[in-house]
Amino acid sequence: MSFLPDISLIAVLLASGVRLATPIGFAALGGVLAERSGVYNVGLEGMMLWGAFGAAAGTYLTGSPVAGLVAGVLLGAVAGLLLALLCVGLAVNQLVAGIAINLLCAGLTAFLARALFGLAGGGTAVSGFASLPVPYLSGLPLIGTALFNQDPLVYMLPVLVAVVTICLYRTQAGLRLRAAGESPRAADSAGVNVTAVRYVSLALSGAFAAAGGCHLVLCQVYIFSEGMSAGKGFIALAAIILGRWHPVGAVVAALFFGLCDALQLQLQFSNPLVPYQIFLILPFAASLVALVWFNKGARQPAATGMVFDREAR
Amino acid sequence: MTRLRDALVGLRVVMAVAVALGLGSLLILVTGADPVKAYAALVHEALFDYWGLSNTIVKTSPILLASLAVMVPLRAGVYNIGGEGQIYMGGLFGTLASLHLPALPSMIAIPSALLCAMLGGALWAGIAGLLKAWRGINEVIVTLLMNYIAIHVVSFAVSGPMIASGAPYPYSDEIPEQYRLPLLMPQTDAHIGIIFGLVAAGMIAFIFARTATGLSLDIVGKSPRAARYAGLNVKAHIVASMASGGMLAGLAGGIEVLGLKYRLFHLFSPGYGFDGVVAAFIANANPAFAPLSALFLGALKSGASVMQRAAGVEGTVVDAIVGLVVILVAGSLAWKGDLLGGLIEGFRLKPTSADQVNPTERQS
Repeated sequence: MSFLPDISLIAVLLASGVRLATPIGFAALGGVLAERSGVYNVGLEGMMLWGAFGAAAGTYLTGSPVAGLVAGVLLGAVAGLLLALLCVGLAVNQLVAGIAINLLCAGLTAFLARALFGLAGGGTAVSGFASLPVPYLSGLPLIGTALFNQDPLVYMLPVLVAVVTICLYRTQAGLRLRAAGESPRAADSAGVNVTAVRYVSLALSGAFAAAGGCHLVLCQVYIFSEGMSAGKGFIALAAIILGRWHPVGAVVAALFFGLCDALQLQLQFSNPLVPYQIFLILPFAASLVALVWFNKGARQPAATGMVFDREAR
Repeated sequence: MTRLRDALVGLRVVMAVAVALGLGSLLILVTGADPVKAYAALVHEALFDYWGLSNTIVKTSPILLASLAVMVPLRAGVYNIGGEGQIYMGGLFGTLASLHLPALPSMIAIPSALLCAMLGGALWAGIAGLLKAWRGINEVIVTLLMNYIAIHVVSFAVSGPMIASGAPYPYSDEIPEQYRLPLLMPQTDAHIGIIFGLVAAGMIAFIFARTATGLSLDIVGKSPRAARYAGLNVKAHIVASMASGGMLAGLAGGIEVLGLKYRLFHLFSPGYGFDGVVAAFIANANPAFAPLSALFLGALKSGASVMQRAAGVEGTVVDAIVGLVVILVAGSLAWKGDLLGGLIEGFRLKPTSADQVNPTERQS
């Protein structure tokens, strides 16, 4: 092994980094929407798992991964609405409601997956999306495979990021969403229905997080397993903070965590003498260090975490 | 009338649990099994069978301590979702102490090993407390991330430096006899760990209700600003309450090794830290109710094992039921009797703002 790792190794690393970052990116994007509208979405982890289950179940029942994706995303939106019902409609503490969503999704998917696929026997593999190389571009050195020879969901993520960014910062709907998170009372005075805005953004948030779960099943492992989100939803929460509550920033942070994960896998294979747990810890430790390091100057939307009650003074 | 309303509000958790069990029976029906038979088997196994009951007790004691580990920091307004990681650290420290301390008599050996376990949990949780107090970093995210780190640290320890010679599976050497907890029920696994949990619950209930420490924790939790006016050191309270929570979870981990497993295993806790969060929810963060809610979860988990055999329904239905209980209890928190109060007394109570999340979040 030469001192400088060769280009092809880096290309492989980048490609798997992008693939591993995609679920985190989807969830972080969903989290940005929720927190921008004034609600912590600690339930991202559960919504991801729920989306993964929906994708596996939908694909298993219909045979089509597209149907699976739709099912997963819809289930995610339902979970988002449930979170909204709890912490916007019923004014339950947002962290409590999010944790409750995680536990509900973990319990329900464990039960339903056994009932549907008989997970005791190792589960049932489902079909998924193949990678779609972009002509010419996929042959580029270094970044060709990473950016232009991926599955459709990877391509969808930057498109969604662009759409969300434009909507958030260039449209009236986006202004309303941000206003609901920064100053719900002012928004309310200006005629914005803060409650409705938060319901919609949480439904979208759940749908995005679930899309991340769909990527796990339909593009990575082609099978559902209990607890397969394995903390990615929590890493997404860190990505939101690192990304300064901006869609682009959050997805870039997710990319960083994905690369850590890819590095971990790579090192696990190339250095079997080094205990592999060190590399499993790496993404979590990197999230933690990044949180401590970059926390200064980060400011969350002013009203995130607060219950908005029109009648209170 | 107010009393009636208060009683109903107090019972809302019981109602939420009943509804969840009802929904659970629907799930059982969907799979084609008989819910009455399934629940009967569960209850009989968990509470009315000698070995089943011992199993329930074995599962209740870590859940009880883990729920207290949530309640103590929560009193100061800090969310400790890191019980699972703290249990792992407690297990690691407790095992290290048991394997490396000299051969002391049990009366000294067990307390010193458990103290080390508590230290492990406290240090691990203390990190999150420090980051929260001095850097304002959200403790929910930190504790969640640290769970995964702790699990992998233990996995590293038992598959590398601590692995027993010739072990086919990652586990440590067995701890010496004198470090093992005495049994509560002869010929079973039920050890005296549950007594530690009950004593801790009693002590914490007393501290919360009757001591100055309890009061100052409460003030810090409800209004950090008022606490500062009262001359309380808010940051110190946050760190200390978090570390105390970690201590309790660490104790749970230590007891799991000293009382049940006698070795440190890879993945030795099946999520007791998260069950503790659930139990704290159900008990409405009241330590006096913690034994009951922990027993409920312990019984569900211990009874689940026989449901497959007795009623042909997957034991994982219990996980679904627990999820439903949590979501319904969370939903029921919204109901403070306002509606009923309005009907009875002719006026509607103003919603309280005490539910504001994380009052310390914006202190800087």
